[in-house]
Amino acid sequence: MASRLIDEYFRQSKLPHIWCPGCGHGILMRDVAQAIDNLGLDKHKVVIVSGIGCSSRAAGYMDFDTIHTTHGRAIAFATGIKLAKPELNVIVITGDGDAAAIGGNHLIHACRRNIDLTVVVFNNNIYGMTGGQYSPTTPTGDFGTTAPYGNIDLSFDLPALAQAAGATYTGRGTAFHVPQTVKLIENGIKNKGLSLIDCVSVCPTYYGRKNKKGSAVDMMKWQRDNAVDAKKAASMSEEELKGKLVIGEMYHREKPEYTAEYQKLIEKVGGAK
Amino acid sequence: MASPTKKLCVKPEWCKGCGICVAFCPTETLELKNGKISIAKPESCVACGMCEMRCPDYAVYLTEEGDN
Ligand SMILES: Cc1ncc(C[n+]2csc(CCOP(=O)(O)OP(=O)(O)O)c2C)c(N)n1
Ligand code: SF4
Ligand SMILES: [Mg+2]
Repeated sequence: MASRLIDEYFRQSKLPHIWCPGCGHGILMRDVAQAIDNLGLDKHKVVIVSGIGCSSRAAGYMDFDTIHTTHGRAIAFATGIKLAKPELNVIVITGDGDAAAIGGNHLIHACRRNIDLTVVVFNNNIYGMTGGQYSPTTPTGDFGTTAPYGNIDLSFDLPALAQAAGATYTGRGTAFHVPQTVKLIENGIKNKGLSLIDCVSVCPTYYGRKNKKGSAVDMMKWQRDNAVDAKKAASMSEEELKGKLVIGEMYHREKPEYTAEYQKLIEKVGGAK
Repeated sequence: MASPTKKLCVKPEWCKGCGICVAFCPTETLELKNGKISIAKPESCVACGMCEMRCPDYAVYLTEEGDN
């Protein structure tokens, strides 16, 4: 016996999951289920697609039609599923490495197409699964096993990247800010186009330990104490925003959606034979 | 003040002892006992759900009375 939400949407024979004590991925995975539940979606019309990484293990735990694919390719598989059956709600669960490093090209081109996928990034600022290599979202100056003297790269702002590439809904949540993050995922699912929700996770085992961020509780308190809503952030200076984490909805526009355009093309040239 | 309609339940066999629920419970209802979740003061639970929404392991939750 677990809560109704867990009973209904999780493969309990696979629980407890393998994530470390205090890993934010468990909180974010529940947020995805809560968003699906709040929207009252038909379970049989939801597909969860993931790549490879700690985050991508989510596809194994969630009780929907799920597919755990190869590293960086979740969005490519999801594109195929959505084009074959546009009536499905296709949700991609991916990591910062999976989505923005090896899978970065798939990400920007899915955004450019504005295909109706909801990309939920469990962003822990590190490659957790392989032992703490720095990722495209590791903040400058932070440490990873591949940045023993500190990372000199600038990091990606994932919602800004997705918006620039053509996505029509973007936002950022955190492991701490549960109701806000659930709402962003709901809005992302409702948006008819590419939605990207950057969900800042906590990886106490690698990112936290390498960067002396303390326990999972300390890392979540940092999120609580340093998050600034995007609406408020708009009126703050760069100086004031230093060291802060901007959360909330960042962008929402309507643009032609790829599977709908594809269907129109099929009809224009005489229908599928 | 315990909630009249909701019951606090724990599932220690799923708990990994991260302490998130204990830290964010506003009424100090929960504690870790031998590294696992335990209800220290059931009467102080206000059924706010702060623990349930942030437990990464789904080891604490509220049910409607008679739900289970
Ligand atoms: C083609 C390929 N290259 C590299 C790997 C090794 N690998 C597995 S997971 C991973 C990174 C995962 O990082 P992220 O997506 O951020 O997920 P996290 O574990 O942090 O949740 C890498 C490089 C792989 N499995 N396949
Ligand atoms: S290594 Fe990090 S991301 Fe992976 S399960 Fe552990 S805490 Fe979570
Ligand atoms: Mg990662």
